[in-house]
Amino acid sequence: MRIFDLSLRFKLPLWGGALIVATALALSASFAVQTWDNLKQDLLKNAEDVGLTMARSLFPVMLHDEMWQAFEIVSLPFAANPESAFAESLIVIDSTRKVYVSSRPEAHPVLSPLVTLGREFNALDRELTLAPDAAIFVRDADAADRIFVAVPIASDGVRLGTLIVAYNKSLLWQRFSRLSNSAVWITLLVLGVLLPINAYWGRRMMEPMRLVTERISHIGSGELQALDPSIYPYRDEIGLLFIAYEKMLSELREKGEFEKEMVKSERMAAVGRLTASIAHEINNPLGGMLNAISTLKRHGSPDPVTQKTISLLQRGLAQIRETVAALLVEAKVKSRPLGASDLEDVRILVAPTAHKLGAELLWSVALPGALALPSTLVRQVLINLSLNAIAAAGRGGQVSVRALAGENQLVLVVENNGKSLLPEQLTRLFEPFTSFSEHGHGLGLWICYRIVTQLGGSIRAESNEELTRFTVLIPLEAINDANTTQNLPD
Amino acid sequence: MPKLIKFSLVAIWLFVSLAAHGATDTRIFRIAMTPAFLNDQHALLADWRAYLEVRLSRPVEFVQRDRYRDTMDLLQQQKVEFAWICDYPYVVLKKDVRLLAVALNEGKPTYRSYLIVPARDTQTHSVQDLRGGVFAYADPYSNTGYLVPRFEIKRSGADPATFFKRTFFTWSHRKVIDAVAAGLAQGAAVDSYVWDTLNKVRPDITAKTRIAWKSEDYGFPPLVAHKNVPEADFLRMQRVLMDMKNDREGRALLERLKLDGFIAGSPRLYDGVAEMMKLFSEP
Repeated sequence: MRIFDLSLRFKLPLWGGALIVATALALSASFAVQTWDNLKQDLLKNAEDVGLTMARSLFPVMLHDEMWQAFEIVSLPFAANPESAFAESLIVIDSTRKVYVSSRPEAHPVLSPLVTLGREFNALDRELTLAPDAAIFVRDADAADRIFVAVPIASDGVRLGTLIVAYNKSLLWQRFSRLSNSAVWITLLVLGVLLPINAYWGRRMMEPMRLVTERISHIGSGELQALDPSIYPYRDEIGLLFIAYEKMLSELREKGEFEKEMVKSERMAAVGRLTASIAHEINNPLGGMLNAISTLKRHGSPDPVTQKTISLLQRGLAQIRETVAALLVEAKVKSRPLGASDLEDVRILVAPTAHKLGAELLWSVALPGALALPSTLVRQVLINLSLNAIAAAGRGGQVSVRALAGENQLVLVVENNGKSLLPEQLTRLFEPFTSFSEHGHGLGLWICYRIVTQLGGSIRAESNEELTRFTVLIPLEAINDANTTQNLPD
Repeated sequence: MPKLIKFSLVAIWLFVSLAAHGATDTRIFRIAMTPAFLNDQHALLADWRAYLEVRLSRPVEFVQRDRYRDTMDLLQQQKVEFAWICDYPYVVLKKDVRLLAVALNEGKPTYRSYLIVPARDTQTHSVQDLRGGVFAYADPYSNTGYLVPRFEIKRSGADPATFFKRTFFTWSHRKVIDAVAAGLAQGAAVDSYVWDTLNKVRPDITAKTRIAWKSEDYGFPPLVAHKNVPEADFLRMQRVLMDMKNDREGRALLERLKLDGFIAGSPRLYDGVAEMMKLFSEP
């Protein structure tokens, strides 16, 4: 796994952390450089100040050859506290480049030539000019351990000697490391606070992204998991992503439903075409057979056994015709408009059955007046659904039938609190000959479906543990179209 | 002489002397101090001055100068009445001053010159070993800090002017010790009383030095009075100094001065210095 393939949950804090560390390093580095420069500037400034002050008082002392006084002057900065002294040593050399006096007389003995004091003094000796009007000379070689500031001891064009202020760079380094030590601790402290915040923030930012990514990657496998919007209630890009995901999810669900409906209605249509053509094929010879039997009964004089057989045939063929007729529900049947009394008739028809089975029937019908719907068919639908519901509710059950006429559609709702329907039952509910009870031929709901779809409406069944509900919607104005453009095979 | 007259004379004398005694004399006794002792002990000086003022019933002022020459000038110009000077200036000024008192150092009115070297120098045992070195003198009018080492060099047949590579004056015995302790000078001559006293007060400084050689005894730096100081004042001052060892406060001061007391002393104490001076053809 390459580093760039890491989860953003890690990558974001890592990048953030890297930036924070880089910033801290850059700041520390610039602080260090600046501090070093400042310290050095301070040191040189201090050296020049001390040097100039001392050089002025050293002039008369050297003029009178008061060596002890010169020693007292140059050792003054070291007298109080040798630790706090900035300089390593103060050396006065005379005009012949020999030590006149030094604050460290043992290291720089009186009258010893400057060149004998060591490599760095030797180099200083070479570079130092003793012109009376020379300016302050600073020797700060990179390789050297010491910084030298040479101040002329001169007055009125006469130069008696030179005051050399020698600094050891290790002192500078000590001061620098003291300062940078505290800077390092502060930086570490800041990093110690910032890095965990950064890590927490990065993970927190990326958690919703991770959830969305996970959900989207599962869509292919058909799982549509919802995202809790309370996980991320803000309206920034991630919040918008949540909303977009929710929208996509609901559209996908709709599409899925739609596809299922499509499949179902196509199947139903195929079943319809099949049953219709079979019914027609049966109907034609059936009509002939019934006619023949009728003729035989009327004009023949069959013996009683034949008579009995003919009656048997006739009843059998009649049953076939009934079944076929049921398969060939026709919406084209002319019928009077639907009135409130039609529905009341249905109640009267089914009430005894309900009573017999011990189910409670709640009837709630509100029709403003006659509706331009074929009363026979609507009655048929309502009868079928009510009887089914009463049967499903069973003893002690409850059946609720509601009819409601809206502005442009009639709504019929039939509910029962009996045994719920299984999902696989629900999918094949309206197909012919799918009976879920011992009684019935399984054509009742098929008939309902045929009638409703031919009237341009829809029928839907839903079932849960408490309630099984059938909802029928029939458009009011579409009835004319349904009558004229009915092109279902018949 | 009739008894009455005798009595009257005695009474008058008593009266006069009592009256003279009773009247507070406001003339200041000015005493010049030199670095012949640890003259940077300012608190000690202040206490000593208070002590003297009470005992003398006179205001006392200490006048401090670093250089012996300055003190000698003060005496000669009569800007001070008394002075505590080195034995060498005393011999130089002998015509102008009277010996007032001599301190007792370790029971004797004498002191010596120490040749001191840095403690790490274990080889040097006389000034001859320091030829070509850097040498610190206290004061050109100091006996133990200048005259003695030069005398020793001269006695060895060398020229004190060229014997050392470099010499310098610190103008104080105390600072001579500092110069050697710091390593500035490879040797120095110092007043034994100053070194011994410092050894008791600041042993950390004297530990950095080593006494390489001790001279013979010389008369201790004397307290002198200008010869114009009235006899009464002279005697009174001398009495007070010599009585210091007889009272508690005086003994405490002497203890701090690391001295045992004062005696009248004799100018003969300083004949040794005069001998050396002759060698250098001084007066």
